[in-house]
Amino acid sequence: MTYFLLIIGAMFVNNFVLCQFLGCCPFLGVSKKTDTALGMGLAVIFVMGIASVFTWLVQKLLVAAGIEYLQTIAFILVIAALVQLVELVLKKFMPALYSALGVYLPLITTNCAVLGVAILNIQSYGIASAESLLMSFLNGVFSGAGFTIAILLLAGIRERMHIDAVPKPFRGFPITLVAASIMSLAFTAFSGMIA
Amino acid sequence: MKKSAMPQELRMNMRGKSKIVGGGILASNPVFRLVLGMCPTLAISTSAFNGLGMGIAATVVLVCSNALVSLLRKVIPDKVRIPAYVLIIATFVTLVEMLLRKFVPALYDALGIYLPLIVVNCIILARAEAFASTNKVGDSVLDGLGMGLGFTLALLLLGVIREFLGSGTFFVGSFGEAEFGVTLGNLPDYAMSVFVMPAGGFLTLGLVMAAINAISDKTAAKRDAKHAEEGKVIDEMVREHVEAELASAGADAPSADAVRVGDGKEEEK
Repeated sequence: MTYFLLIIGAMFVNNFVLCQFLGCCPFLGVSKKTDTALGMGLAVIFVMGIASVFTWLVQKLLVAAGIEYLQTIAFILVIAALVQLVELVLKKFMPALYSALGVYLPLITTNCAVLGVAILNIQSYGIASAESLLMSFLNGVFSGAGFTIAILLLAGIRERMHIDAVPKPFRGFPITLVAASIMSLAFTAFSGMIA
Repeated sequence: MKKSAMPQELRMNMRGKSKIVGGGILASNPVFRLVLGMCPTLAISTSAFNGLGMGIAATVVLVCSNALVSLLRKVIPDKVRIPAYVLIIATFVTLVEMLLRKFVPALYDALGIYLPLIVVNCIILARAEAFASTNKVGDSVLDGLGMGLGFTLALLLLGVIREFLGSGTFFVGSFGEAEFGVTLGNLPDYAMSVFVMPAGGFLTLGLVMAAINAISDKTAAKRDAKHAEEGKVIDEMVREHVEAELASAGADAPSADAVRVGDGKEEEK
């Protein structure tokens, strides 16, 4: 039951983009078409899952060494290195997936959702037990899934909006933001689901 | 000799410098024009005080990282430049984090997770990559200052609007012991809390961006009209001048051209 709540919570109730404002840059920048949005979403799920595990381990090392204040620097380095590593591995062993993810993979380094999930994991689950590692991993993967849902929905809306007669000052980002606002309002309704 | 030459050069230089700073505030405002740094913009602009605090923290990091990246631009190998920039930025963010925790704990709590997330604020990396890595230290610092101010002003503007509509207050905050801010009558009873929620953040930013687009479209149209008008006046003046010139030239030594243009006038004389 705990895990079920965790999954629903990460995907809908605390949706990263629409409720916590993490990962807004790719959310607004890479949501013009549904297929590129899907590519970005999958890449984010992938990296967020792995990053959750590795930053959990790194935090354990930092605490053991008594240098927790280096958390930010250590995490961003781990994430940058991970993204590079994932890129290499995918290129070698799964070229199809690699070319599908394309340019979005390196962009993930500067996606604040990844660093955000790493820091939030440590804050909310700690590093005490193996269970907290599993929770962190699940939170990473399903927060990524929440991001994918949000960016896919917005991309669908934007594709339709492309052929609508939007007032001139609203064209481009303003109308996208208004659409995101309405989506966010809808997602607020999920907050009643988990007390 | 050198001293008298300085002011002229300095003034020319000043104009270039102020352009670097001013560009970041208006023409290429990072939030409204370049649409960078969306996460902190939307998340932290729930009140004017938080917006200002975030803006200043990001500006400090931006100026410092721009300076250091520019200083090291010839040392950092091209292939590892992005990790190097990220490391530089993360160092300054950690410093700012420590200073805030010690001296402005209220702001430290309010900024929460978005404080360490300044590391991945795309404005800072974008300026390091696009400006500081190819420009001199002085210019890079000014660019950082301009971009930072533009970011701060945008956050402040959004913060004031959202705080007013969402909480019915104006600039409530605390710095150390001092608390300040204005509660506007019984307005908080009628506050629309949706504006301090995420949905309100997206909505406010969208509407403000549309308003800025509308205003800049209008001023651009006005400027074009004014230029066209001025152009006409100048054309007129040039034509008159040329005619007069030709006429006087014709008086001295009549040429075929001058006679043709100033035919009538010459007879009057």
